Parts: sequence; structure tokens; C-alpha cells
Amino acid sequence: MLDDFMTRATLAGVGVALAAAPLGCFVVWRRMAYFGDATAHAAILGVALSLTLQMSIFAGALAVALIMALTVTVLSGRGYAMDTLLGVLAHSALAFGLVAVSFLSGVRIDLMAYLFGDILAVSRTDLLIIWGGAALVVALITWRWSELLTATLNEELAYASGFDPKREQLILTLSLAVTVAVAIKVVGVLLIAAMLIIPAAAARSLARSPEAMAVVAAVIGGASAVIGLRSAYVFDTPAGPSIVCVAAIVFACVNLLGWQTRDKI
Amino acid sequence: MALVTVEDLSVQYGENTVLHHVDMTIESGEIVTIVGPNGSGKTSLLRAIIGATPLSAGRVTLNPGLKIGYVPQKLHIDPTLPITVERFMRLTNRVPRQDCVKALESAGVPDLLNNQMSRLSGGQFQRVLLARALIDRPDILLLDEATQGLDQRGSAAFYQQIEAVRKETGCAVLMISHELHVVMSASDRVICLNGHVCCEGSPAVVASAPEYRALFGTGTGGALALYRHEHDHHHDHSKSSQEAAE
Repeated sequence: MLDDFMTRATLAGVGVALAAAPLGCFVVWRRMAYFGDATAHAAILGVALSLTLQMSIFAGALAVALIMALTVTVLSGRGYAMDTLLGVLAHSALAFGLVAVSFLSGVRIDLMAYLFGDILAVSRTDLLIIWGGAALVVALITWRWSELLTATLNEELAYASGFDPKREQLILTLSLAVTVAVAIKVVGVLLIAAMLIIPAAAARSLARSPEAMAVVAAVIGGASAVIGLRSAYVFDTPAGPSIVCVAAIVFACVNLLGWQTRDKI
Repeated sequence: MALVTVEDLSVQYGENTVLHHVDMTIESGEIVTIVGPNGSGKTSLLRAIIGATPLSAGRVTLNPGLKIGYVPQKLHIDPTLPITVERFMRLTNRVPRQDCVKALESAGVPDLLNNQMSRLSGGQFQRVLLARALIDRPDILLLDEATQGLDQRGSAAFYQQIEAVRKETGCAVLMISHELHVVMSASDRVICLNGHVCCEGSPAVVASAPEYRALFGTGTGGALALYRHEHDHHHDHSKSSQEAAE
């Protein structure tokens, strides 16, 4: 079954969507959208480093994404506004990454594959890493769900309940880095943030509880991956962007329908 | 033994010392209010008590097994986060639904259980926060400017609720407030803070202390008048005037 590249691609897309959904909810709730973007952009530097050092792309991207996310967490609240800080770090990392890639002679690198993903080239090993990473992220978030939610609502509330909200922030940061690393192959660094935010945002008006929102986001993300890949195959369009397009269309439909029903009530 | 003992506490943010050499205790069942100008370290003191701020010197000792109910200053729930009152209340305390109902009743807002948090009015929201803090039957309630954003009637009603809760459950209350006259009439003890403890005692003692007057200046004229005025019409003022005379 896994011999078919479309099957592997679909499984990869669904895997990323499953990890991105609950994490994406937190990104939306905590207004960390730009933070996700920054981490993802930094990953291209990781890709360049891995190619230079001839190590696994996943490992390189994960390491740099993690360093980036931790740097932002440490530097935040020390002089610069968060969005300024992210703007500086994210785009510098992206620029350094692109420059670093240009130094790589010998190997011809298809940069597009990392910027927009290359889901149709997902190997069995890739699939294993994607599902392993996704399972780790989902397990982490499920384990800390109540604490993460409390810390998201209010820091002092977390302290008064007897746990450190900074540790919960760290768990999200870690999950973000893992998700970015496994999603590079699927949607590429430029569209990872879209996979985090769009399904979660689309799920908002369909859910009455935080858990429901995460589940609905997972369903929307998974469906977008399946339908997006199918359309990419039929219309011969790039796979990663097609997945994001489907998610965006779902978002638009949900909101248009929502407006209509709200007007009627 | 005191519920909370603060000894020689100092808190620094970088170069900036916000609290120095603060000593205070909270006994069980008493209502203590911290007043002080902006930047006087009121919130830092509360944060130090719940362990949210590293201490640069001194000690905060909580009675072993002390259960704290915390009502934050303002809690912003992003409109993108769907959560019902019930789910919110049971987030960190896995208590039976019946306890939520009871806590909401104590806080004066029954029937809100199935409402979305983002749809509540300011007053309802603060009362749900209070109910959430009460759910685990705390030994002490900590309130950080819990009436911010409420109008005068709303906050007066809120403080009455606090007194009712204290009467009902016997828990101690430590709160921060800007609304001097409302709070003063509801407290057993007032601590006037400005980086250090300027003065403390019964509301009447603090209100007439020169340190307090120096801090709040002419603004206190009105608050003081209101405070006195209110007490003219109360029958339980014998205790505070006795203390004032001491």
C-alpha cells in the first residue's frame, strides 16, 4: 500500500494536519501566529546547515527551529516589542538561510522543495518521522491540556494553581519546533503557519469547547490534506499550496455560513 | 499560626527595587486590604505570595496545605477560545458539577453554568472568577483589583459579596484595591504600601495616619469623607472607633 506515492503523500499530509490542529488552536488563542511563522522561516537556515553538514534535514530544521523559538522566548519582554523581535529574527534567519544555501556547490538544490514542500517525494522513512513527530506533539499537548489552557488564560492563575506557566510555554515552543520540522516536507517553510492557523480559525465558529475546537480543526486539516492532494493530482497544481487553498476555502465557507445564520437569528 | 507570613521581603526587577523589607501576616478569617499608589508594589506583593515572582530577599511562608483561591486582576479570554463557564471552572479543579453550581450561587451568579465565557458582562465575568476561586473551599482568597472595569455600584456589590462569602465560609481575604472608600469600609485591616509598609491597622487608624495622607493627598479628602459618612450610618462602628482612639 505504501508503494503508491499518492498514498504516502496523503498519509504525510494527514499526519501533519493532526499535529498542527491542537497546536494551531493554542497559536490562535495565544496570538502566536507570527511566532509560528518566525520559527518556520528559521527552519530554512536549518535546512541549509543540514545540507552542508550532510545530516538529516529533519534534525537540522528541528535544531534551528528550537533555537529560534527559545531565543524568542528568552528575549521577549526585554526592550523590543514581540513583533519587532520576531520580524528581526525570522527574516534574518530566512535571509541567512537563503545565502547559506547559495554557498552550497556541488549538490544542486531545489530550494522550492523546501520553501513550498515536496509532499509527493515523501519516502517511507519520512513518513515514519512525520507520524512519530505528530504523535509526540499530540501526546504532549493532550498530557498537559488543562495546564496549557490555564496558562493560556492567565499566568497568575497558573501559579496559584501550583504550576509554572513558563514550563507550559516551553512545551508549546517545543511542539512548535517539532511540527515545523516534520511539516517542511509537506507544505514547506512558507506555508507551515497556514496549516497551523487556518484549520483552527475555521473550527472556531463550529465549536463550543476548546476540545471540540481542536478536534474540528484536526478534521478540517485532515480533509484539506486529502482533498488538496487529490485536486493537485487532477489539476496538476503544486501539492502543498493546494492543501492550504482547500483549508482557506473551508475557512471562508464556514464564516460566510456563520454570518448568514447569525443574521437570521 | 498565621495563614501567610511575609518576612523582610524584597523584590527587584532588574535595577528597580519595587518592594523592600516588607513584613506582614494574614490570620485566618480576616479581610485585609492593601492600598497604595500606582507602582507601589501591590501586585508584586501578591505575585510573591503565590510564587509568581522571584524574591530577592526575605521569605514568604504559607501555612502547610494552605488552599489559595486567586482572583486575577483582569483575565482576557481571546474571543477565538470557546469555553463555557462550567469548563472554565473545572479546568484545574476536577470537582463535581454540583460544586460548580454551589460556588456560582455563593458568588451571586447562579444559572451561568452553560454560558460562553466570552459572552458574559464585566460584572458576571468577575463573579465567575470569584466562583472559580471559591470552588475548592480555599483558606484564603487573593484578589488583585478584582473590580477593575466595574462601575461604582457594581464594585460595591462585588465587595458585599466578598463579605458575604467570608461570613459563609470563614476564609481569609487579602485584596488590592484602588477604591479606597469602598474597600476601607469592608476591611478588618488595611495595609498602606509604597515600596514598603507605610502604615497599617484598622481602616480608621490608617485613614488618619499622616503617612497615608501624604500618599493620597487631597484625593483622600473625598474618600475619607465618604468613608466617615458611610460609617455614620452603620451600627458596627464601635470597634473601629475604639481602635482609632487607641
